[in-house]
Amino acid sequence: MVKQKEMIADHFHHLATAKENGKKVIYTFVPGNLTELMLSFDALPLHPEINALQSGMRKLSGEYIAEAERHGHSEDVCTYVKCDIGMMLKGNIGPTGEKLPEPDLLLLSYTGCFTFMKWFELLKERYDCPVAMLHIPYQGDGEITPTMIDYIVKQLRTEIIPKFEQVTGQEFDIDRLRELMGNSARAEEDLVWVLESAKNKPSPIDAYFGGVYYIGPLFTAFRGTEAALEYYRMLREEVEGRLTAGQGPITPEGLLDNERFRLVVEGPPNWTHFREFWKMFHDEGAVVVASTYTKVGGTYDRGFRHDPSRPLESLAEYCMGCYTNLNLPSRVDMIAKYIEDYDADGFLINSIKSCNSFSAGQLVMLREIEERTGRAGGFIETDLVDPRYFSASNVKNRLESYFQMLAQKRGEKQAEMVTS
Amino acid sequence: MKNVDEIVERCEELYEDLEYGAVARWKEANPEGAAVGFLPTYIPREVLHAAGVLPVGILGAGDQLEIVKGDAFFQSYICHIPRSVVELGLSGKLDSLDGMIFPSTCDVIRNLSGIWKLQFPDKLSFYFDVPQNFDPEVGGAFYADTLRELLEAMCSLTGRDPKSVDLSASIHLYNENRRLIAKLKALRSEEPWRVPASELYLVLRAGMVLPIEEFSALIEDYLEAVAAREGHEVDNARVLLAGAFCEQPPLTLIRTLERSGCEVVDDDTMLVLRWLGDEVSEEGDPIEALAKAYIAYTGEASCKYVPDGEQKGIQLVRSVRKHCVEGVIFAAPSFCDPALLDRPMLQSALDAEGISYTAFNYAENTGQMQPIREQAGTFADTIKLWGGE
Ligand code: SF4
Ligand code: SF4
Repeated sequence: MVKQKEMIADHFHHLATAKENGKKVIYTFVPGNLTELMLSFDALPLHPEINALQSGMRKLSGEYIAEAERHGHSEDVCTYVKCDIGMMLKGNIGPTGEKLPEPDLLLLSYTGCFTFMKWFELLKERYDCPVAMLHIPYQGDGEITPTMIDYIVKQLRTEIIPKFEQVTGQEFDIDRLRELMGNSARAEEDLVWVLESAKNKPSPIDAYFGGVYYIGPLFTAFRGTEAALEYYRMLREEVEGRLTAGQGPITPEGLLDNERFRLVVEGPPNWTHFREFWKMFHDEGAVVVASTYTKVGGTYDRGFRHDPSRPLESLAEYCMGCYTNLNLPSRVDMIAKYIEDYDADGFLINSIKSCNSFSAGQLVMLREIEERTGRAGGFIETDLVDPRYFSASNVKNRLESYFQMLAQKRGEKQAEMVTS
Repeated sequence: MKNVDEIVERCEELYEDLEYGAVARWKEANPEGAAVGFLPTYIPREVLHAAGVLPVGILGAGDQLEIVKGDAFFQSYICHIPRSVVELGLSGKLDSLDGMIFPSTCDVIRNLSGIWKLQFPDKLSFYFDVPQNFDPEVGGAFYADTLRELLEAMCSLTGRDPKSVDLSASIHLYNENRRLIAKLKALRSEEPWRVPASELYLVLRAGMVLPIEEFSALIEDYLEAVAAREGHEVDNARVLLAGAFCEQPPLTLIRTLERSGCEVVDDDTMLVLRWLGDEVSEEGDPIEALAKAYIAYTGEASCKYVPDGEQKGIQLVRSVRKHCVEGVIFAAPSFCDPALLDRPMLQSALDAEGISYTAFNYAENTGQMQPIREQAGTFADTIKLWGGE
């Protein structure tokens, strides 16, 4: 945890002092991010979604969203965008209190969500810098075809790399890229080991709250670096220790040592009431053993590894494999498999009001997964960063009823066993 | 010569027929053919035509269908069109279709393609991904491959194997249709009293279910009939309707605008009919010709990436100038991210040119027109009193 805080603080400090140090700053998105490629040009990535979620956690998002709405943005649209625009309108002060640098390049890696496209058109209005667009085809038929890979590789060669060269003044160094991708692949092994440790009972990690808090995020900005390698090695050792000691996950409320329910969760979390939300699970002894949101930055547990021997093709496959780029049947398959593999009691969908990319179709997913696995699904509705759409009492009530149902189901099973 | 009222009446019947009787009749008359539905915004209908497939525009059910099952598929904070399309599918109204094409318009339609795969596993569900990279060697090559895949999928339904010349012949028919639509829209802009907006809408909607040959003949008949129409210029406010590129406004909304003193002289409904601003070449490899036309088209739509910030809104401004528009009405479906995220950017482009606008949201089944009537009426009055700029 200390190491994580240091790395993040360091990153934001580098960003804040980027201009003085002659570093180039690239704004880009988490899904389908080209971290290794950016780092190979010594550029610093900055992720607007991460700023938005940090603003949510720091209770600033409400104000930012209101600011964006005052500037003509609709109540109905993605609140991440509005939070980012609002933050920009209010001076672009980052999570550590330092002013964030303006971008030298907007890297629109358009993976799994159409809103990204609009988001950067909106940023482009305010920043006088080039935009590099990487269009990632959607896995509409649940597969990646050679045509799709070819299309992305061509875009990397003709659009992305030349713009990086132009902005940074550095030549593309494929060996440097290979080296960073090799590091990524090693860190990915440790990351997957940590995620899969949740197959144990009790699970030593929480793969949703913990997953987004200290397991996943460092992967985005730091993947490929020595620091990330070290971080994931340390994390693995720490989890190994907990596993040997038979301990559950660490939560803000302390150690969770009474695992009662094992859940799979679909959808992003709510950030404005993150701790309160997590506590609702903690209080019931509910541990999330697998989640889909931690796969928006890559589906490593399904076997993907960055492959330095074919760097550009591998980056293409990485981008297309991110969770948000999977079609609905693949998402259903993935969750059903998690339920089996992690022996979950049930699954829960946190439907985000302002996120069409995730939410459209979740009611169908709910029914399909229930039918396929025979495990009960729960459905709650919140928002990512708009505090107006988090009703603590409502969410708590729904969760309590859901857990009661799971307990009853389990009781029935036990009763059946006794009588048979 | 056919009479205008008869033509419009026929179009209205087609519009209201949610059983898609015209499609069933076409299939009866063409037993070797297939019919495939498509959602907004754009698909290359020429490819379907060449494969012996009737392209059928599924633009939602407007305000005519009670949603019974569709609401169990989508949360309240998702626009209306996917639920009415699901309702149409589950209630058997789309049974005459052999498949569906889902263009890459937005996340909702994208996810609907997956829902279709799960709900109708025996029917073809094709996700049509269009490039957002407009380099002919890159996005153009990807698009040409996608067109070949689409052609193959369509031929798998009919067993046809069209030659290049067949595809070029289909392109020819659609070019002709584009010319007729351009003529019709020009007439609407020049002499709006001859072609009322609601009539134009109905005539174009007929093109969503009729084969292209019949649709072109219908436009010709209509053009001939309205040429003889008696009437005169009315001092209405000339407006442009922007944001209705996917979920369609109910017909009553268009009529309400007409009654409020607004002359809608341009709009972005049914973009599929005029997505390719230019003629597609009828020479050479037809797939390459379609790809080239797509890539070269510089128009704007909320589902299309505009790489250059300086260009955003330029087409809207051009259209305002071309049609002597006095004010823009932004009418977007509620919860439509593409249209609503675009809106502030387009409004800035209008601000820079001093063009006035007003905005509201609708759903395809909006029933309460009073607020819209008042807002549009006030907007029209303001324009007439103080001018649009
Ligand atoms: S719509 Fe959803 S996936 Fe897209 S940017 Fe917003 S929060 Fe992210
Ligand atoms: S109305 Fe808008 S959000 Fe809804 S399906 Fe159409 S483009 Fe997507």
